[in-house]
Amino acid sequence: MTTATLKSEAGTRRLTTAKAISEAIAQEMRANQDVFVMGEDVGAYGGIFGSTGGLFDEFGASRIIDTPISETGFIGAGIGAAVEGMRPIVELMFVDFFGVCMDQIYNHMAKIHYESGGNVKVPMVLMMAAGGGYSDGAQHSQCLWATFAHMPGMKIVAPSNPYDAKGLMISAIRDDNPVLFMFHKGVMGLPWMAKNPRSIGPVPEDPYVVPIGKAAIAHEGSDVTVVSISLSVQHCLDVAEGLEGKISVEVIDLRTIAPLDRDAILASVSKTGRLVIVDEDYKSFGLSGEIVATITDKDPKLLKAPVQRVCHPDVPIPYSRVLEYEALPTREKIQAAIHTVMKA
Amino acid sequence: MVTDQMRLDFYKQMVRIRTYEELIKRDYHADKTPAWDIGAGLIPGEMHLSAGQEPVAVGLCANLRDSDAITAPHRPHHLALAKGVDMKAMTAEIFGRASGLSHGKGGHMHLFDPSQHFSCSGIIAEGLPVAVGQAMAFSRRKTENIAVGVAGEGATNQGAFHEALNLAAEWKLPVVFVIEDNDWAISVPKKVSTSVRDNSLRAAAYGIPGARIEGNDVEKIYEATKHAVDQARAGGGPTLLEIHTVRLWGHFEGDAQAYRGAELTAAEAMDPIPLYETRLTAANILNKTSVASIKLEAGKEVEAAIAFAKSSPEPLASDTYQHVFA
Repeated sequence: MTTATLKSEAGTRRLTTAKAISEAIAQEMRANQDVFVMGEDVGAYGGIFGSTGGLFDEFGASRIIDTPISETGFIGAGIGAAVEGMRPIVELMFVDFFGVCMDQIYNHMAKIHYESGGNVKVPMVLMMAAGGGYSDGAQHSQCLWATFAHMPGMKIVAPSNPYDAKGLMISAIRDDNPVLFMFHKGVMGLPWMAKNPRSIGPVPEDPYVVPIGKAAIAHEGSDVTVVSISLSVQHCLDVAEGLEGKISVEVIDLRTIAPLDRDAILASVSKTGRLVIVDEDYKSFGLSGEIVATITDKDPKLLKAPVQRVCHPDVPIPYSRVLEYEALPTREKIQAAIHTVMKA
Repeated sequence: MVTDQMRLDFYKQMVRIRTYEELIKRDYHADKTPAWDIGAGLIPGEMHLSAGQEPVAVGLCANLRDSDAITAPHRPHHLALAKGVDMKAMTAEIFGRASGLSHGKGGHMHLFDPSQHFSCSGIIAEGLPVAVGQAMAFSRRKTENIAVGVAGEGATNQGAFHEALNLAAEWKLPVVFVIEDNDWAISVPKKVSTSVRDNSLRAAAYGIPGARIEGNDVEKIYEATKHAVDQARAGGGPTLLEIHTVRLWGHFEGDAQAYRGAELTAAEAMDPIPLYETRLTAANILNKTSVASIKLEAGKEVEAAIAFAKSSPEPLASDTYQHVFA
């Protein structure tokens, strides 16, 4: 069954992205005793950003495991459980905390399958909160997906809406590889954070998958391609809808960072010849540069105009609201970038 | 209770491992001339050999089943062989051949044998959390299997060691932590690395049993690890053991060990194999004929493994791109 078909069947039930994620986990846990969750405050609290809400009540402390603040220890434990055939879902509370456990992530989780010549699988999900926009400062607001995507051996997904979040989580749990499930706090639909209405949306009750490695055309258009991921997709859609009748904007929601759906990017740019990239991660040496290389490796002549990149500039994330929003991708910046590529 | 048959088996296994390390050493250095080049020859790369540490592997693994897990550190050969990892496939891996355990993708610091639940990590102390997770899986599935995390004494100053102990203790997991104290973290001695002279005392910090085993004595190591393994298997939770052993050779091959001085001579006097040979000869378990025969058999087995490795094809260059993902 295709994603598009499922979307049309989604019906009227509407969930927040947080609820869609926890529902996906619950359904997979009911179906498979090997699935369990561990991390900081994933139990009675339900995850600081709601990713495990309600799970503790249903599954109890033996399968929804609160850990001490020992990210190296419990991510390593997830890896050990996974190599023995279990399917752990481990939460790193903020992606920013990767500094205290990166060895387990990239030297162990990401490499064991390759180092073992394919003999040892690591079927685990490492989920984590990402992103800023609420003045949480330089150590609690980063996206960093490109940092992980730079290193081979991990799949990395970052949904922009509740429907994709559920389907990607189910795919991630069922995948035989380590999958980083990076949810932007701003897409979770949290009651205590300003949100775009797109963070609440229709979600089918039955389990379904959204394939990892497949981008979606979130808004069809023919004049300009806007490639984005996660919360920024919501901003791009707002802009695209606002420009309807004036500029025909095609919004590509990557949904997966690694492996990158290069075909989807090339197909859209082949059609439009104009490209804007919107990424809340740092600008240099990251996803936006990789997307440009995807075009130029194929054929620089696909582009009718220089590419515009609306990304976080190469500064740590500032605290003050005026400073942070100077750095973040906003609708205004996206719209201006679209006008720039259209004029060129 | 250690029987005479077990003593004989311990000796044979220690000789087998030592012979392995001696012949790997021989072939490692054989073709790195005229200028010694770490990346050249039939066995390229770093090589950390375990001569002197055989009693730890042999005493420990005599208590383990095929279904028990070990995570080994960067110096893994003795543990792999004692655990039951296939010598031919392991040797082919060290020679970087397609018939190796990982088809040449791992190398000597990354030996993986899922049939023995054996793995290694080249990063100090970082294999210990993985052992905790294996123990977690064994416990959740209500098996009798246990996991053993092995690391050097230098690893006890790493955060991962402490996180692993804390988790294993809190969750009362079937895991045994074995610290091989060979006195040296490459060139930095234990005495300038920590104020804790006996790392097993650190067990008290996590409310678990700890013991230090002196003497590099395979029988004492067998008994101490048996106690810890039995306790873990019975659901009694983790134990921390520090085993004093000896690193007879350099940290890696090519390490001139100028930093060791007279200590090296003292270390060589602690070579466990001649010491055990003397003991077992005095006890009439060994004699000159049986010693010669055991060494001959070990040599044949290792030479056959090396011949298998050398005669195996190298991987295809195109294999580079396989196995990034399952």
